[in-house]
Amino acid sequence: MHRFANPARFQRLASIILPWSDVLTAGLLVSGLYFALFASPADYQQGETVRIMYIHVPAAWMAMFTYSVMAAASAASLIWKHPLADVAARAAAPIGAGFTAIALITGMLWGEPMWGTWWVWDARLTSVLILFFLYLGYMALVNAIENPAAAARAGAILALVGFVNIPIIKFSVDWWNTLHQPASVIKMGGPSIAPSMLLPLVLMALGFHFYFVSVLLRRMRSELDLARVRALEDAIALNSEEAAA
Amino acid sequence: MSSFFAMGGYAFYVWSSYGAALLILGGIAIFSMARARQASRRLEELKRAAPHRRRREEAADGA
Amino acid sequence: MALSPARARKRRRLGVVIIAAAILGIAVALVLFALRDTVVFFFGPSEVISRLDDPKLRLQERRFRMGGLVEEGSVRRLEDGKTTEFRITDGPGAFSVRYTGLLPDLFREGQGVVAEGRLDDKGRFIADEVLAKHDENYMPKEVADALKKTGHWQGESEAKP
Repeated sequence: MHRFANPARFQRLASIILPWSDVLTAGLLVSGLYFALFASPADYQQGETVRIMYIHVPAAWMAMFTYSVMAAASAASLIWKHPLADVAARAAAPIGAGFTAIALITGMLWGEPMWGTWWVWDARLTSVLILFFLYLGYMALVNAIENPAAAARAGAILALVGFVNIPIIKFSVDWWNTLHQPASVIKMGGPSIAPSMLLPLVLMALGFHFYFVSVLLRRMRSELDLARVRALEDAIALNSEEAAA
Repeated sequence: MSSFFAMGGYAFYVWSSYGAALLILGGIAIFSMARARQASRRLEELKRAAPHRRRREEAADGA
Repeated sequence: MALSPARARKRRRLGVVIIAAAILGIAVALVLFALRDTVVFFFGPSEVISRLDDPKLRLQERRFRMGGLVEEGSVRRLEDGKTTEFRITDGPGAFSVRYTGLLPDLFREGQGVVAEGRLDDKGRFIADEVLAKHDENYMPKEVADALKKTGHWQGESEAKP
């Protein structure tokens, strides 16, 4: 594990992965959009609005997946003081907030015509809104604390405490009566969704995963570069002080 | 073709959803790439400005 | 062999994180259990019937939401053109509902619905808001028709208690 802790090694690994993940992101999203918008049928109940699902459901999965990655990285940062873990958690947060925002917006745009309301305070919708605020709170917290070690620690604790929300989101539709329907794809007894509709859903979900990898690696890179920039700036400032003395 | 854009009367809801996703994901991707480029450019500048540090770091990279 | 100090520290931190997570998980589970009547978005008709006199819920006095399926053949539009009467059922229980206003696009017989309002003295549910609740099944129209024709139609999943 610590072989990858070396930032230089990480940078080399990232350079190898990035072209592949970029190509896969573009390919999967283009084919996913083709099936989502053109080559898939309308739903027998919901008509064309079912196409909102191909954005809404993958975005909601990614919102939870990204938070899980952030929580795992936070645990690694807190327990093993893994140098890249904190960088990964920080880099993931804005991406997760973006996915959560998409899930919320598309959910409202889907709820208004189908349910008859933009928003209700049921357990699923409310717990996803809390997830969005957890992301925002995490970003505000780590940016507000100047000392990098203290920021990493505080952020990791917040991310881990917030992780209780993830099972609540996932199982809210099973534990309580909600307006939101239960899971269609990841459930006992196989998906209750026609194959012609499952295909665009899976393509978009895979595309979102590779998008996440591409953006996460780039963000981690800039975090690492900026850390070295700060170190070099401090060293230069120190040198010029010595020269002046 | 016009029936495709009409989305069975739900054009506003469907296209707004795709638009919002494009805007948010595109925005994050572009912002992240710009930040990565900016950070690596600044790092190169500083490495040139402090050559003695650069040698040490290259030795560490090779290890 | 004794652990090195660094490994001992890591192991201790791991223990602290696991114990803290367990305590937090239990605390959240207890809170959610205590709030279970608040967290549910609606009550099914049979639940309303069995808990009608529950002093905690006060279902006879206050507004609440009732959810279930729109009973097949029960939808009736009154002469004013704006009022709809239908029955909400969840299998064992059913209530008559009266609602004045626009219905959502997905409102139809056999489909899920959540109505908000209060019970009147005749045991009818007077709703001022009706939301459609859809199930987790997605399929093209042709597939749904074929399933119905061949008798493999599972019905709406929410009909199960």
